Amino acid sequence: MTALRVVAAGVMALVLQGLLTRLVGAPSMRVDLGLVAVVWIALRFGRVPGLLGGTLVGLGQDALGGGILGLAGLAKSVAGFATGIIGTQFIVTQTVSRLMVFVGATLLHALVFVGLSTLLGLKTPPDPSLDVAIQSLSNAVVGLFLFQVFELTPGARALWRARRERLKRRQKRRYH
Amino acid sequence: MALPDTRYRARYLFGAVVVGHILLISAQVGSRSGPPLLQAGLMTALTTTQRAAWAVVSGVRAVWDGYAYLRGTYADNQRLSRENTELRVLIQQERANARGTEELRALLGLRTRTPWTTAAAEVVAGSVSPNFQSIVLDKGRQDGVQRDMPVINAIGVVGRVVVVAERTSVVQLAIDRNAAAGCVIERTGAQGIVLGNGDGSLRMEYLSATAEMERGDHVVTAGTDRVYPRGLLVGVVERVDRNGPTFRSVIVRPAVDFSQLTSALVLLAPAPVASLADDGLVVK
Repeated sequence: MTALRVVAAGVMALVLQGLLTRLVGAPSMRVDLGLVAVVWIALRFGRVPGLLGGTLVGLGQDALGGGILGLAGLAKSVAGFATGIIGTQFIVTQTVSRLMVFVGATLLHALVFVGLSTLLGLKTPPDPSLDVAIQSLSNAVVGLFLFQVFELTPGARALWRARRERLKRRQKRRYH
Repeated sequence: MALPDTRYRARYLFGAVVVGHILLISAQVGSRSGPPLLQAGLMTALTTTQRAAWAVVSGVRAVWDGYAYLRGTYADNQRLSRENTELRVLIQQERANARGTEELRALLGLRTRTPWTTAAAEVVAGSVSPNFQSIVLDKGRQDGVQRDMPVINAIGVVGRVVVVAERTSVVQLAIDRNAAAGCVIERTGAQGIVLGNGDGSLRMEYLSATAEMERGDHVVTAGTDRVYPRGLLVGVVERVDRNGPTFRSVIVRPAVDFSQLTSALVLLAPAPVASLADDGLVVK
């Protein structure tokens, strides 16, 4: 079941990124939904699903980007595994701690990706710091929003159910 | 053989994944081409899902555009009608010019240009990562699309095909960090290479320090890179910088609006060869 969820989250992130870039326009899309999905998988399911999710999403991005297969794959696998370890060693439930995890994962991903690209003689931006900073913040904002949505939905449902039960009990008391 | 301790299994798996990736990358660096089976398999699976997703989104948009959002249609119709008339006149002028050019070519004994064969394609998805600038087209191998075919639109160069599946293909946009094309300044004929910056802009490098150019000059393909035929509009010179004592670097504004790409044309023929040599303008 976990494997299925990991695959579904990865594929959904790639399809959504493709659709959003198509609608918004290629150059203005700074958020990496694939990495957001990998961080979510790693925090939700642990380091091994994070590692495998990173491999799947990264290889998918490489295949559809037309670059060298394995570049984003390796970068995302490392980011997923490291995030999984952080998620198991520390309590990452607060907004600030999650924000730090998203920023850290983006920085680690960029470090591996740019480092490998430089080693292979591929072109890298002359000063990637601004790019990485924008991407870190974008990923963190989108990731935190998605976490809120995922967590609020079942919570909101439970709250609604509890209120309904309370109303029923009140109505019963009124009739008896 | 004893199984690895469960405590260390994750670490072993991590090591295996890293080594696997390094081997995969090394194989491609050595052969200068991607492993077709893995890449094609992944691409086919993902682009099929993207096609389906785009079909749903475009269906919803079509209902909205076709039925709900009809305000201003009459005004649009009038404007398009006027534009159509102007374009018809322009075509007449161009046809007259072309006739003159063909006569001159015949006089000079040059070969007649092969007409372009194109495949119109719809963009079904944009880039799946901010590190790459690419699009997915709904035309693939079964439509005659091959790797390295140029992709254009009504305005100019969009990019080149980098991966082809049966019914889809991935196009590396001209603004991608790893994209390059041999180009000339149309007015002066100064040659250089146009490279993508990865942020939506282009730069032209390896231009001679004595090359003449100014802001607003058109940059067109030179036809020397065995991908793009000669004369396709790439962009407009925006700023001229000096790049060392021997070269100049030019910032080029792309002619194509990459944020509004909805469709494109894949140039199926002529085959991607140096058209200067075809015309007999290159001394071998």
